[in-house]
Amino acid sequence: MSFIRPKFRHPELPKNALGYTVDYYEGALSTLCAGCGHDSIGAGVVQACFEMNIEPHRLAKLSGIGCSSKTPNYFLSNSHGFNSVHGRMPSVATGANLANRDLIYLGVSGDGDTASIGMGQFVHVIRRNINMIYIVMNNGCYGLTKGQDSATSDNGSKNKTGVMNVYESIDLASLAIELGATFVAQSFSGDKAQLIPLIKAGMQHPGFAFINVISPCVTFNNNVGSTKSYDYVRQHIEATSTVDFVPEMTEITTTYKSGVTQKIGMHDGSSIQLHKIAQDWDPLDRQSAMNAVKLSKKNNEILTGLLFMDPDAKDLHQLLQTTEKPLNSLSQSLLCPGSEMLKQINEDFR
Amino acid sequence: MSLSTLKVNDFVVRFANVNGSGSASANFLFTKAIFRMGIFVTPKNIFPSNIQGLPTWYEVRISEKGYLGRREGIDLMVCVNPQSMASDVAAVKPGGYFLYDSSKNLHDQYIRDDIHYIAIPLMEMCNNAFTDPRQRQLFKNIIYVGALSALFGIEFKMLEDLLAEQFKGKEKLIPANIKALNLGIEWVHQNHIYPLDIRVERRDLIGDRIMIDGNAACGLGALYAGASVAAWYPITPSTSVIEAFASFSDSYRVDPVTGKKNVAIVQAEDELSAIGMVIGANWNGARSFTSTSGPGLSLMNEFLGLAYFAEVPAVLIDVQRTGPSTGMPTRTQQSDILLAAYASHGDTKHVLVFPATPKECFELTADAFDLADELQTPVILMTDLDLGMNDHISEPLKWDDERAYKKGKVLDAEALEKIDKFGRYLDIDGDGIVYRTYPATHPSKGSFFTRGSSRDEYARYTEDSAAYKRNVDRLTKKWNIAKNMVPLPQLYQDKNASSIGILFFGTSTFSAEEAMDILRDQGLVVDAIRLRAFPFSQTVLDFIDVHERVFVIEQNRDAQMKSLLTIELQIDPKKLIPVLNYDGMPITADTILNTMKESTFVLSKFKKIA
Ligand SMILES: Cc1ncc(C[n+]2csc(CCOP(=O)(O)OP(=O)(O)O)c2C)c(N)n1
Ligand code: SF4
Ligand SMILES: [Mg+2]
Repeated sequence: MSFIRPKFRHPELPKNALGYTVDYYEGALSTLCAGCGHDSIGAGVVQACFEMNIEPHRLAKLSGIGCSSKTPNYFLSNSHGFNSVHGRMPSVATGANLANRDLIYLGVSGDGDTASIGMGQFVHVIRRNINMIYIVMNNGCYGLTKGQDSATSDNGSKNKTGVMNVYESIDLASLAIELGATFVAQSFSGDKAQLIPLIKAGMQHPGFAFINVISPCVTFNNNVGSTKSYDYVRQHIEATSTVDFVPEMTEITTTYKSGVTQKIGMHDGSSIQLHKIAQDWDPLDRQSAMNAVKLSKKNNEILTGLLFMDPDAKDLHQLLQTTEKPLNSLSQSLLCPGSEMLKQINEDFR
Repeated sequence: MSLSTLKVNDFVVRFANVNGSGSASANFLFTKAIFRMGIFVTPKNIFPSNIQGLPTWYEVRISEKGYLGRREGIDLMVCVNPQSMASDVAAVKPGGYFLYDSSKNLHDQYIRDDIHYIAIPLMEMCNNAFTDPRQRQLFKNIIYVGALSALFGIEFKMLEDLLAEQFKGKEKLIPANIKALNLGIEWVHQNHIYPLDIRVERRDLIGDRIMIDGNAACGLGALYAGASVAAWYPITPSTSVIEAFASFSDSYRVDPVTGKKNVAIVQAEDELSAIGMVIGANWNGARSFTSTSGPGLSLMNEFLGLAYFAEVPAVLIDVQRTGPSTGMPTRTQQSDILLAAYASHGDTKHVLVFPATPKECFELTADAFDLADELQTPVILMTDLDLGMNDHISEPLKWDDERAYKKGKVLDAEALEKIDKFGRYLDIDGDGIVYRTYPATHPSKGSFFTRGSSRDEYARYTEDSAAYKRNVDRLTKKWNIAKNMVPLPQLYQDKNASSIGILFFGTSTFSAEEAMDILRDQGLVVDAIRLRAFPFSQTVLDFIDVHERVFVIEQNRDAQMKSLLTIELQIDPKKLIPVLNYDGMPITADTILNTMKESTFVLSKFKKIA
């Protein structure tokens, strides 16, 4: 079956600077369960891209396998997408990014896809600081294979059948900070006000931007006793700050109480404006971000918002010193040394 | 010395060294000097999976007739490794020579009365002439090269020239090397044992040929084919493909103005990641490749299947070795054939190309990129350790400047403008090969969602059985088209002249050709075909059809190519007789001849000749 979204739209939908209405950023109709957190995140992506005036074809969507990894089909139908193999999206994204450094790369993964089968690739994509945004739709379970515990399921959390997880969980956000990720955020699928600016900032970040989004699975992990249920998350959520992403040249209109506002400038002129709630936390300091996450975990809180950012880190292209032009655009005359050179090369082997 | 035993330009020398003792460059000096004298020479490294301390051998066949395969039987053994002495003494042919370091006495058990001993006190000479411990170690090797040059009649000028080239820019290192060479030469002169009845004489057989290893030629092929993204994970014997690509890229892919690179090379965390990167880059329109060996190919299986179904080009260079991962990783085989041909789960098959020489490593690597782009599928180049890591005499590499990269059916913005609706998997031309687009081509046309198989012609999600079947049937159509696009097999005769055929590919070629020659000398003509690609073209089927028996020569235990031929061409397996070599050493003509002569069919032909 192929699901086509009904074409009718309200005639007076607002347009963005490119003249597109928000529906231009949508995709095929979702086939996920009604109420699945993943769909809310997808809607957040649509809204963020609309508001950022992104040309959808300048963005490539990549994913692994899982309910979460299916979502790129449900947004940005004018973007190329690649539903790859389980846990290996980071490598595909790396190759794609190397081929053309000029596009925006949006990686979508699940907690199974990232924290288990894909852990190796996740760790290494962070190391290489690929310029991409990497969203994990984290529901603490394997949705698509019907609800088995995942590695992010909290110790003591109960699944739908009432069985308690006895293993330690992997905390992806603190792992990413620990590994040297240059942008780490955490959010909740039910908090669009926070999620959308984080997605915008992540897309603008000139390196690897990781957002771990708690995204309840209504079918398999939304029960009492689960620490990834809507109710539990709402009760335990704590924010580092409120976040505003301020694009280049935009006048800053939000006003915060002095002393608790922090502005992080980005190289392209845009900035992230934070209204800090956690007092002794500095988003530019890896250690302090780490402490804040650990502390909140100890207090049974889920710390959300921007956790850490290093706006100056070099991405893989800078590390490899590749040309500014997309490699996929180089002509044969640049790539092929030609027959005269080959004669010389032959000479070296005589 | 009787004239009858005199062997000019036709013998085998083996060097028994200790791994990591600096013998490689000395042994290479010996080989290259003979090459420079215009004589065919074929070196083989036989080395352990170890960095320092274990036995390693370097075997050099010198052949006036131009036989480039390995030959059994050592005419002269240079043994500077006490560890392997027992087997090294035993390996010498009766009447042959055993050259050893006589600084220590040779144990009685190593004395054979049917071979000659050349006792040179290498260590002692070295210790007297040099003080630096590293020099004492290294120059032992140069001294024996000097001695061999006197024993065999290698021109000193060749050695001198080679040293001058090797130490260009570090000229102060040359005199000590020359001194060591002379120590060896003088020792031979003083002991009046030169030249031996095995010796070299200058010829003009080499022409414009070069001496290069297959891996370097593959790296160059990828460079010339325009690969701009390479991802890999270190594994012997494939590592030097990427190393060569990287070093040529340093010369030819750096922008002279900005200093920026027109290439990206990434050492991945494993082979899964390496092939993932290659697929991602090719999907995004950059030519990209990886190189690996059997264990890596095993890990890449899942991704290869996705690339097959999703129709993403990829080039993979498989430098084959013996299995498994902890097997004998530094020995050669042609044993990944079935793994590569049918890599992955589901109904998958992959295009394979089989180079036999460095020149073909270069050409077929470049062809592999065109094929991958045109067919939108992975293409695997099946080389092996023997071809990849050993220097080979080869025709010079050639590139035609008229040759334009064939990027296949890719729609640009202009083309997209003209069509009403883009269907990624729509068979417009009826050849099973569909049109693709790179990301970012057009604002509103041409985007699609890449996934394995649950989709229709417009890349829309569907799990409809009919759509699935239509798609895989189209892939079969494409596969059949590929049979006429891949490199053609080489036929050795214009007209068949025998009821016996031999069939071979890759590194079995040199020894098969030699065997064919020997059979001809013995009065038995056989027809021959050399495979260069899978899927098999009609020519292969025709060749097998018209011969009563076809000997399939390959280097694995299970006759994998025979299986592939049987499965794909629906041939009676009894017709194909396996000729197998699978001990990890390159195949010899003797092995081929011995196996063929076990066949009553062949024997009956010989009877007729007699
Ligand atoms: C190699 C491989 N092993 C197993 C599977 C089966 N599988 C499909 S989705 C999935 C788990 C997905 O979990 P997660 O990434 O958390 O996504 P969710 O469905 O929860 O969003 C598994 C194990 C597979 N597709 N590939
Ligand atoms: S099973 Fe869970 S994760 Fe999958 S679509 Fe349904 S609610 Fe979402
Ligand atoms: Mg999950």
